[in-house]
Order: sequence, then C-alpha cells, then structure tokens
Amino acid sequence: MKARVHVMLKNGVLDPQGEAVRHALGAMGFDKVEGVRQGKVIDLDLAAGATEADVTEMCEKLLANTVIESYSIEIQ
Amino acid sequence: MKAAVVVFPGSNCDRDLAVAFERAGFDVSMVWHKDSVLPEGIDIVGVPGGFSYGDYLRCGAIAAQSPICQAVVEHAKRGGYAMGVCNGFQILTETGVLPGALLRKAGLKYICRTVDLEVATADSVFTQGYAKGDVIGIPIAHHDGNYFADAETIAALKDQDRFAFTYRQNPNGSVDDIAGILSENRRVLGMMPHPERAADEGHGGTDGTAVFRALAGIVAAA
Repeated sequence: MKARVHVMLKNGVLDPQGEAVRHALGAMGFDKVEGVRQGKVIDLDLAAGATEADVTEMCEKLLANTVIESYSIEIQ
Repeated sequence: MKAAVVVFPGSNCDRDLAVAFERAGFDVSMVWHKDSVLPEGIDIVGVPGGFSYGDYLRCGAIAAQSPICQAVVEHAKRGGYAMGVCNGFQILTETGVLPGALLRKAGLKYICRTVDLEVATADSVFTQGYAKGDVIGIPIAHHDGNYFADAETIAALKDQDRFAFTYRQNPNGSVDDIAGILSENRRVLGMMPHPERAADEGHGGTDGTAVFRALAGIVAAA
C-alpha cells in the first residue's frame, strides 16, 4: 500500500517561503498570481496490513506539527 | 550542582552551553541522543542549539522523538529544570514541553548578530539575575525563530507572566516580539537567542552569564 501525505501551513499562519515565491513570480511577469502557499508531500511505502489510521497517527506524532500545520492523506 | 547537556547529531552549541554551565559552577555531563536516561541527580538539562538531524522534516521534529528527549520530557513533567536554546527551543516546542512553534522567519534570511533583548520577567530561576525591563545584548543565529502560537495560548502566556525575553527590534516576525518563554511551572525556559554566546569577555559581551549564575544560585539553595 502507498500513502501520500500533504502537509500545509494552516490558514492564517504566515508562509514567508510562499510569499517569496509569489514575489518572484510577480517579478517574472506572472501578474495573475494572487497568493502562493508552499507545503510538503511525503510518500510512504507501507507493508501489508497498514491502515489509514496508522498514517493518521504518524501525521499527528511526527509528519505534521499540528500547532502550525494541517495534513491530508491519500491512500493509493 | 549537576547539569546535563544533550548532544544530537548536528548540535553545534553543546560545548558552549556546557562551558557556560561549568563557569557557573555546575558539573556537566554530556548526554548522547541515543541514551534513554539522564544521569542520576542532575539539577538541570540543557538542550543546545545547532541543526539536529540536519533540520530534516522540521527543525527539532526528529530530535523530539529521540530516546533522550523522552527522558527530558519525563524530567520536565516531574518538575525538573530544563532550558532549550535556539534549536533546543525548537525541540522543546516539538516535544510539547513548551507551547507554540517556531516558523521560518518572516524576512527569510538567516540572521546572525547580537540583538537587544528586554527581560520580560524576573520571576523565574533563569531570569532572576536581571531586573524586569533590563535590556541585554545577546546573539541570535537562526532561520526558524519566528515564534507562533494561537491567540489563546499567547493570552495565557501573557496572563501568567511567561514571556521570559522579548526583542526590542523584532528580527523575525515573532508574535508579540517573543524571544523566549517559560513553562507553566516556570522551570523550563526556551529561547532563540544564545546566552551561552554572551558569557565570556572574548565573546564581546557577558550579558548572558546572569542566566547561568542565577540558575546556579537557586539550585544550590534548594
């Protein structure tokens, strides 16, 4: 089983890296970009028997810092 | 008086922190990240600055899951003293010993220079060597030091007088200019600036020594 975890800063938490990317895009002439948020994608190769609940636990304990980040899980 | 300083792969302020404790009169033992117990009878644990585990995933995230950090958390839960500087502060927030998190600084640039800090409370073993409102020069050297917590947490920190130090000129976007905070029982300090780098004439300033001296005095009296 494979799982893909998306980790993003929560809405309302400043994302300086996303802002820098937005500025750069604007400077390059892409003038229709109104906002950029940058996150992480983590792909997990899981042994048989692993469940989505296991992945949720991994997110809560390590993969995301839920003080500042939200996550979503895609089971593939 | 005994102090332990934790060493992770990628720590680079561990020796400086150990020397600052030694000069204040502590016997210091270095503790490796794979150890699962702290030395017997220690009075304080120092979690040093650096780039533990290469800052992979998030600064401090992987260190927070190391065996020694479980022991540090237990020590703090029992009411033991601990201080985390820079990456050590990031690690202590990742373990949940201290609230909030440290984000990438608002201006993105890594900054390494001495800044003016205001002592926000003298009511802790770490800050009692200063008077509230004192301004001290302490170096910062970080990329992810922008302190963030939700409004409720910030209000609680403020109500409980748990801001330890604030920046005079906010270098990183921290909420309410926060440079360092205390745990609820006031026995755990986390701060981004490096008091151990302002602890010798050769450093160009000694404003940080009062942290270690005060700590030594209190621990000895206890």
